[in-house]
Amino acid sequence: MTDTPDILVIGGGNAALCAAIEAAEAGARVLILEAAPKPYRGGNSRHTRNFRCMHDGPLSVLVDAYEEEEYVADLMKVTGGKTDEGLARLAIQSSQDCLPWMEAHGVRFQPSLSGTLSLARTNAFFMGGGKSLVNAYYRTVEALGVEVRYEAHVTHLELDGDCIARVDFDHEGQSHSLSPRAVVVASGGFQADRDWLARAWGPAAKNFLIRGTPYNRGVVLADLLGQGVASVGDPTQCHAVAIDGRAPLYDGGIVTRLDCVPFSIVVNNEGERFYDEGEDVWPKRYAIWGRLVAAQPDQVGHVIIDAKSINLFMPSVFPPLRADSIEELAGMMGLPAQKVAATVAEFNSACGDTSGFSPMELDGVTTTGLTPPKTNWARPITEPPFYGYSLKTGVTFTYLGLKVDERAQCATDRGPIRNLWAAGETMAGSILGQGYLAGFGMTIGTVFGRIAGKEAAAYANAA
Amino acid sequence: MQMQPEFVEEARRQAEICNACRYCEGYCAVFPALQAERAFAEADLTQLANLCHNCRNCYHACQYTAPHEFDLNLPKALAELRHDSWDTFAWPGGLARAFQRSGTMIAVAFVLGFAALFLAARALPAEGEGFYAVLSHNAMVAIFAPAFLLPLASLSVSLRRYWAHVGGGRITLGHLRHAFGSAAKMRNLAGGHGDGCNFEEEDRFSQARRHAHTAVLVGFLLCFASTSSGTVLHYVFDAPAPYGFWSLPKLLGVPGGLLLGVGALWLAHLKLKADPELGAPRAWGGEMGFVLLLAFVAWSGLALWLLRDHAALPMILALHLGGVLAFFLLMPFTKMAHGFYRLAALVRDAQRREAS
Ligand SMILES: Cc1cc2nc3c(=O)[nH]c(=O)nc-3n(C[C@H](O)[C@H](O)[C@H](O)COP(=O)(O)OP(=O)(O)OC[C@H]3O[C@@H](n4cnc5c(N)ncnc54)[C@H](O)[C@@H]3O)c2cc1C
Ligand code: HEM
Ligand code: SF4
Ligand code: SF4
Repeated sequence: MTDTPDILVIGGGNAALCAAIEAAEAGARVLILEAAPKPYRGGNSRHTRNFRCMHDGPLSVLVDAYEEEEYVADLMKVTGGKTDEGLARLAIQSSQDCLPWMEAHGVRFQPSLSGTLSLARTNAFFMGGGKSLVNAYYRTVEALGVEVRYEAHVTHLELDGDCIARVDFDHEGQSHSLSPRAVVVASGGFQADRDWLARAWGPAAKNFLIRGTPYNRGVVLADLLGQGVASVGDPTQCHAVAIDGRAPLYDGGIVTRLDCVPFSIVVNNEGERFYDEGEDVWPKRYAIWGRLVAAQPDQVGHVIIDAKSINLFMPSVFPPLRADSIEELAGMMGLPAQKVAATVAEFNSACGDTSGFSPMELDGVTTTGLTPPKTNWARPITEPPFYGYSLKTGVTFTYLGLKVDERAQCATDRGPIRNLWAAGETMAGSILGQGYLAGFGMTIGTVFGRIAGKEAAAYANAA
Repeated sequence: MQMQPEFVEEARRQAEICNACRYCEGYCAVFPALQAERAFAEADLTQLANLCHNCRNCYHACQYTAPHEFDLNLPKALAELRHDSWDTFAWPGGLARAFQRSGTMIAVAFVLGFAALFLAARALPAEGEGFYAVLSHNAMVAIFAPAFLLPLASLSVSLRRYWAHVGGGRITLGHLRHAFGSAAKMRNLAGGHGDGCNFEEEDRFSQARRHAHTAVLVGFLLCFASTSSGTVLHYVFDAPAPYGFWSLPKLLGVPGGLLLGVGALWLAHLKLKADPELGAPRAWGGEMGFVLLLAFVAWSGLALWLLRDHAALPMILALHLGGVLAFFLLMPFTKMAHGFYRLAALVRDAQRREAS
């Protein structure tokens, strides 16, 4: 065991790395404890692709401008006002300085990926994705002399009055304790603890898939909340989207996304439709369908499309089931064939004039007299071969977190904890009370990670 | 022409995952080409394989590498298919299978080349000064003209096969400009952001491989130009070797030999540091043999010049010419073929970009 560091950073994702870089650059001796083994380091950050960045004018790969008020308005829309506006504005204002800082620390950007043009102005994409960002930061912290320990699971932080007195962790089969001057918690949410998820959401959560890392089990979060550290965010809620039902239990990441719902009908295990598939363009309905599917029997949905729609969406990672008749397809999907055929027939006869069909925009091609209706892109499912996908609920993150102030500092009801800061997913509930804004998770992690690192270093250097 | 199904299948499996992800599209020409497809025919995959420069950036950036169940290793999948495509298109095919894979086979060929020249030098009458006092000009031409032309004929058969396989169209000056521009700058080893590639030390970006390759490429072309200028001087201006230092053959050949010699050793050094599992492991020996053969040709050529008055000159000449002979004869069947296939793939890619 090396000497006690000035600053202990818990976690090895974006927020942790940003904190470690700032702290080390301020001259502190920093130790990172990352629960994952090296190939899986970087938590959910390794799955990301972009961050949302305010800019008053063209900035690096970002075109035009994306100003504070527009950004705030976008956030208000998705959260329905469930945000701490002060912290939100801090994150948004600081994001502009983060982009050049990220570049200076090895992150490389590229224009928005093909198929995501709608984000070209607001989101800066990482070349190579989040894992390349994480790699660049690990190179940076190494060069700064930060020590990184993988497969190091933090189990307990001993809160003594207004101070973290000790941190316990397991590493290579042994328990260790350290008493650093300051601690930064950046260990994400609890979504990988499926039992906790089931306690919070209900038994249906047992059938959810976890889109990201299996290592974010909320151990530190639970430990701190149990000692009276202030929390924020709805403990029962998680952000969930509809993904390919064949995705792995953990770490399926971006490729399990399925964009075909607007051109399909979706039935449940009983062969019945349950929601308007054409309500809006898919990126806006991605999350709603996570909840819709979660409410169906066995938490699964079945997508049916026909040959004329198969090329209208981004290719998906698993090939669809394919059959020459609806009955055969239903059989392959394990659904009641007669019922599915009847549902399709009923849908088909409710379709009208499809000449206005236009896949990229709300085209108003709707059904009539059908419940639930399909209000856009409603074309009859008639042209074989027919294709089927299954949908399951994929959890992105949980909302419950540590409550922090504008210095990223944690508190109890007796006041601030002198030497404890939090950053990233584990405090994001302060700003994202509900919903999600694409690219905002990395913004929160970068901004508050940097603040936490600087504050912790200032405290440690003064002590 | 049929590639081995297991390589095609594995490349297809991975290409489909990448096509759903696309995070790496900024790194190289492979991804835009890949993303233009929805289903991957064998020919599409062959073209992608020959377009890939094995920079490995996409491996280290990938969130799905082992132990993840998706087990992504695109550089390897494409390298295996690429080597298999060279085996498949080579004519005669069996020779490629032998020399692409085995450094030992290349060494054997070199020893045979050396022996042939050594015997030729002893048996054939010599005339003239310098090298020609060891082996006459006519004897050299008699050996090297076919050793140069036959491989070129073989390569042209292979390239035609490749072109037909990938469905290449009529080539314009613009396509060539694009392809040669890419090759000259080794654009696909620059990583999209210009920081280079992840070759010798995990995810660290470096320009080393790119610069070493450029040294080899330029060095080789200078050496080639040197020999060509000598030929022109000999036949057109009736000025036979040896040439003084301030002559075209020397002014091209000395820097060329140095660049080639240093560059090849540099590439070999980098190759020792790199992880063979991110390329085609079974071709490693053949690749290393080829790099070392290049280095040997370069350094023995320089030795000829430096030791021109030494008693060992006939021996060194036989060694050098033996290496050159092996290099040329094996051209279609060693790593040397890569330059031709890669240029073809870049030309094909220029056509695709133009059409899209
Ligand atoms: C598939 C997917 C795609 C996404 N795409 C985007 C995107 O494009 N843009 C965006 O802004 N956001 C995106 N997000 C959200 C984003 O991933 C998060 O907001 C962000 O990564 C949070 O960063 P973090 O550092 O707080 O947490 P993480 O990156 O998850 O890091 C948490 C770290 O803590 C470690 N850890 C956990 N418990 C312990 C313990 N007890 N001891 C030690 N270490 C521990 C973990 O191993 C991990 O390294 C995406 C999420 C997913 C799942
Ligand atoms: C003109 C077009 C050429 C292109 C586009 C090209 C491209 C490449 C690329 C992408 C690599 C690295 C990937 C790999 O190992 O397969 C490579 C390796 C190499 N090339 Fe080239 N090349 C060209 C010409 C040449 C020439 C003319 C020579 C020398 C005579 C040469 C010698 C080498 C060597 C020695 C290696 C290293 C092999 C190794 O590390 O195993 N190349 N080339
Ligand atoms: S190599 Fe991995 S990260 Fe890159 S595009 Fe393919 S799947 Fe995505
Ligand atoms: S190894 Fe490099 S050149 Fe090959 S596909 Fe990956 S990023 Fe492109």
